[in-house]
Amino acid sequence: MDIDLMMRVYPFFLKAAWVTVQLSIYTAILGLACGALGASMRLSRLAVLRFLGAAYVSVFRGTPALIQLFILYFGGPQIGIQLNAFEAGVIGLGVNIGAYMTETIRGSIIAIDKGQREAARTLGLSGWQAMRKVILPQAARLMIRPLGVNINALIKGTALVAAISVVELTYTAQRYIGSTYKPFEMFLLSGVLYMIIIYGTGQAIKWLDRRARIV
Amino acid sequence: MTDDQTPFLDIRNAQKSYGDLEVLKDISLQVQRGQIVAIIGPSGSGKSTLLRAINDLDPLTGGEVWLEDMQINKKLPHRQYEKHINQVRQNIGMVFQHFNLFPHLSVRGNVTLAPKMLKGLSDAECDKLAEEQLDKVGMLDRIDYYPSQLSGGQKQRVAIARALAMKPKVMLFDEATSALDPELVEEVNLVMKKLAEEHMTMVIVTHEMGFAEAVCDRVLFMDQGVVVEEGPPSKMFRNPDNERTQNFLKKHLANANR
Amino acid sequence: MGLDFTVVPGYLDIILLGVVWTIAITLGAAILSFFGGIFFAVIALYGPWFVRLPFRAFEWLFMGTPLLLQLFLIYFGLVQIGIDLPAFVAGVIGLGLHFAVYNSELIQTAIIAVDRGQMEAARTLGLSRGQALRKVVVPQAVRDVIPPIGNNMIALLKDSALVSVIGVSELTLSAQRAIGNTYRPFEFYVVAAAFYYVINLGMEWVLRRIERRVQAAR
Repeated sequence: MDIDLMMRVYPFFLKAAWVTVQLSIYTAILGLACGALGASMRLSRLAVLRFLGAAYVSVFRGTPALIQLFILYFGGPQIGIQLNAFEAGVIGLGVNIGAYMTETIRGSIIAIDKGQREAARTLGLSGWQAMRKVILPQAARLMIRPLGVNINALIKGTALVAAISVVELTYTAQRYIGSTYKPFEMFLLSGVLYMIIIYGTGQAIKWLDRRARIV
Repeated sequence: MTDDQTPFLDIRNAQKSYGDLEVLKDISLQVQRGQIVAIIGPSGSGKSTLLRAINDLDPLTGGEVWLEDMQINKKLPHRQYEKHINQVRQNIGMVFQHFNLFPHLSVRGNVTLAPKMLKGLSDAECDKLAEEQLDKVGMLDRIDYYPSQLSGGQKQRVAIARALAMKPKVMLFDEATSALDPELVEEVNLVMKKLAEEHMTMVIVTHEMGFAEAVCDRVLFMDQGVVVEEGPPSKMFRNPDNERTQNFLKKHLANANR
Repeated sequence: MGLDFTVVPGYLDIILLGVVWTIAITLGAAILSFFGGIFFAVIALYGPWFVRLPFRAFEWLFMGTPLLLQLFLIYFGLVQIGIDLPAFVAGVIGLGLHFAVYNSELIQTAIIAVDRGQMEAARTLGLSRGQALRKVVVPQAVRDVIPPIGNNMIALLKDSALVSVIGVSELTLSAQRAIGNTYRPFEFYVVAAAFYYVINLGMEWVLRRIERRVQAAR
């Protein structure tokens, strides 16, 4: 193993890891927003909204994220959407993971016993009040872990933007593999950084989950 | 007859402890060929542990178990032990409280799995064997059912057929009817009676005093890891000597009559 | 530059060939990941420590890093140690191993969940531990995890797009070839997406049928 080389190039990997972290954070925020919107559409009383929500989930979960990213980044200019690679990455991945988060959020809301809603309604709460005061607080706790799984997938998914030349961890690893012919060393460097990000995030989510349970 | 003199199944000074907890305290038990022995006693008395020590499912911490001229719980290097014990267990049938049928296999599959794998029987021989054994327990008409489609009593009869298919020398019953609804107990008891009539050697851990009295040659009463008293069923159930035995039977009868 | 889907039919043969390769690589990797998953699960639970520990590390590494990075490692790494595999084979191995690790996680949990009495019953009949695992425990565990493994297979189909970056001429790379000639990325990527969507629906249909058959056999 070429430790010398690794010592020489690791600052570039650190910088790239920071890009991966930023990508992940923006993507997670956008994904959660899309997920909340998608879930409320899927649970809406209006059939049109339910259909649109279902179509969103079906299409974005039914096709590869990479293709979605390519349509946005390479195909976007044809329909008047001009984005730089980073922006396209965040939007493409965010909307994609949002489809998965839609199902997570919807599943958690459904899982809260129907009896809860009925109990709230018999007390005289409106449907929206029951949702806001009774169902959502319970569902929110329930969805922390599965959303954590989505976020874990999302972080690994940010590697896709290497294919549109965003200089993040995987792109950096790929370039250094190409120039140094040391695939194992480069894999190790970037792999360790990914695992720090992923297991760090995992711990944070576990902590959040525990806290939510005590409350 | 020498057969009646030398024990067929011989447990010598069995000891078993988990840490400081002694479950079996120096128990010896000899079973002759064709004999049927019942072990009764309160839960936690060690009777199941003793039974499970016979085929080394719960290995003893001290003492020996012999079947004919073969020591079952021999100390051997791991590989040799595995080979040895797999061989031994083919001779000892066991029936569990919760049946432990293989849910992914049909009744036929359950009965033929071991003969096919271990004795290398052909498909035709296996089918014949399965039909024979299932006929014996009255389950032939359910040969292509899956366990989930059977009642508890039916499952247990299949489990008995599965054990019999290996042509064991001894059958062990670990509370075979305890998990059954009362109305299903009899059909399993009938099968066991039939085995008794065929002079199968059996060791039976049971709560069914009536059944034990009717079928068994000998009854052991165990409590707190020791054999408190043993004797023929007529004596054990009518006028036991030991006070603990008397108390146990009194309580048990009271419960049964409630 | 507006949209013009009329250029698509001229490249349909390339695209369809890509579809065939996508299905082939998905199938190959799915089979590898299924049997690999069972193998890994048994190793992880029952292997001797000197196999178990390195495997755990391998598992940890594969679950904590992106598939794309793993594909680069396998493709370029194998070349470096002198094994020059065709891109297709490297792709099947990369995808297959990646998902084998995920399947292994599922199967391990399921094996542990199979009732202890099952192993005992098999052992009292005289089966060795290996025989009991093979005939009694693992078949039940696998049956229990068919739905989640099916979900992994669907994820595998979509992730097969990634092997385009190591030069496997599947659907995504075919679309890129067509784009190289026509400069119409939007049209061809949308067409590729549509094909993925259809394959995806087909797979879901097949998996649902398998699940129903497995359920019926209970």
